[in-house]
Amino acid sequence: MSFKRLFPLLILAFGLLGFTNSSFAQEAENHEIAHVEGTEGAHEEKKGINITELVFGHVSDSHEWHLFSLEGENGHEKEIAMPLPVIVYRPGKGLSVFSYGKFHGGWYLDEAGNHISNTSYDGLYVEKNMKEKIKSEDGSQVYDFSITKNVLSMIFSVIIILMLMTSAAKKYKKGEIAAPKGFQNALEVAIFFIRDEVAKPNLGHKYAKYLPMLLTVFFFIWVNNLLGLLPGGANFTGNIAVTLCLSLISFIVMVVRANSHFWGHLLNPPGVPTGIKFLLVPIEIISLFIKPVALTIRLFANILAGHIVILCVISLIFIFGALSKGVGVGFVPVSLVFAVFMFFLELLVAAIQAFIFTNLTAVFIGQAIEEGHGHDEAHAEAAHH
Amino acid sequence: MDLLTPELGLFFWTLIAFLAVFFILRKFAWGPILSSLGEREKGIADSIATAQRVKAEMAQMKSENEKLMAQAREERSTMLKEAKEIKDRMINEAKEQAKYEANKIIADAQLQIQQQKNAALTEVKNEIGNLAVEVAGKILRQELAASKGQEAYMQLLSEDIKLN
Repeated sequence: MSFKRLFPLLILAFGLLGFTNSSFAQEAENHEIAHVEGTEGAHEEKKGINITELVFGHVSDSHEWHLFSLEGENGHEKEIAMPLPVIVYRPGKGLSVFSYGKFHGGWYLDEAGNHISNTSYDGLYVEKNMKEKIKSEDGSQVYDFSITKNVLSMIFSVIIILMLMTSAAKKYKKGEIAAPKGFQNALEVAIFFIRDEVAKPNLGHKYAKYLPMLLTVFFFIWVNNLLGLLPGGANFTGNIAVTLCLSLISFIVMVVRANSHFWGHLLNPPGVPTGIKFLLVPIEIISLFIKPVALTIRLFANILAGHIVILCVISLIFIFGALSKGVGVGFVPVSLVFAVFMFFLELLVAAIQAFIFTNLTAVFIGQAIEEGHGHDEAHAEAAHH
Repeated sequence: MDLLTPELGLFFWTLIAFLAVFFILRKFAWGPILSSLGEREKGIADSIATAQRVKAEMAQMKSENEKLMAQAREERSTMLKEAKEIKDRMINEAKEQAKYEANKIIADAQLQIQQQKNAALTEVKNEIGNLAVEVAGKILRQELAASKGQEAYMQLLSEDIKLN
């Protein structure tokens, strides 16, 4: 099936997923919490909305793709969620792969305030607070490589990126100059932007070597940012593991490609008195490691903040709704206007953050591969005379 | 703080996915796209340069053509002028020639007329002379029969000679 026919389907699928979710999700969370409280049989006064759990439940990773809840008979509701595969590695026991649906027996609260799954499977249980953690009953270490919601969302994005780019690439025939058509136009704008505004100014004449990496970083982050904005989408780029991974990749590229000029200036700055060097070199080394940290935090915090703000604005409806139904309904337009505004802002932020991440990566690599003109030539001149 | 602790699994999958995307795209997308874009940019730059060169050449050719045209026009007008001059001169010459010929013919004719007139006059004179001599002879034969008459005639003759 050609990509052109698949694209509307994808949009439709995400749209359905999203709209049902955005309309039901808050209620679902609400009921879920109520349900949990109910099983405890106490805390009726907390039956209102726990915004913290609601928001963080949405922005955290999960082992199931939660869609919505249906209210069944006798106050119990049916969770409509797609359980995702759990892949865990335990030293000694090896790899186990099973569906998250095995933990279907509901939750109880332990004394630390964590939700613990009633059912366990293969000696494993789930501990859920802000995060879902799969733990071993015997307390041994569990390495969780599950295909979580974020991983699944990333797989979607990878498929989308690969299809878009390879289908566009097929239109370029070797040794033939033709005007770009359709999606090529949009793609070329982005490619030229990265090449002319990011790669060339920062990397100089060596830009061509790093362009594929910069383009991949840019599109990977951008597409994932946008997928995260879809209602019901995962908060992939707002997860610190993801941004850490991406910034480590750029950091490793930077360190591996760094030339002697860079290391020389870092470890033995020329023209600096020895006493100052003891002060300067540690600062330089710290600044080297701060670069990837800054990349990590910037992308993570921006995307996470955007998601949280949109969720909070939507939640206002339900907060007011808990006070009285009329107030809640009355607040809907205000909340929607805010949410739509935030959504547009986030569309902008999605592109801007992808650009900033790419640009800073280029800046860092550019610093590392910079040829020592000026000083070295001056030294060479001095040596000659 | 939970949000700030990266999960190993997600990190692992992100790394794998990113590297896979990077290597696949580098081979199948960025390589062909970037080289085509470079080729196209170079092609467009070349085409523009060629077009400008051709334009300049055209302008030069145009100016050359105009110069040639002006030259041709000038040449034509001088040729026309020369032709006119030649024509006038030829006409004038022909006229002169004709006049000269005509004059010559007239002069010849007049000369001939004069000659013929003179000849005719001479002839008439001779004829009259002969007639007069004949008449005089006849008269003399009659007159000379008488001496008186002879004397008178002698007289007359001598007077006539004196007159001549």
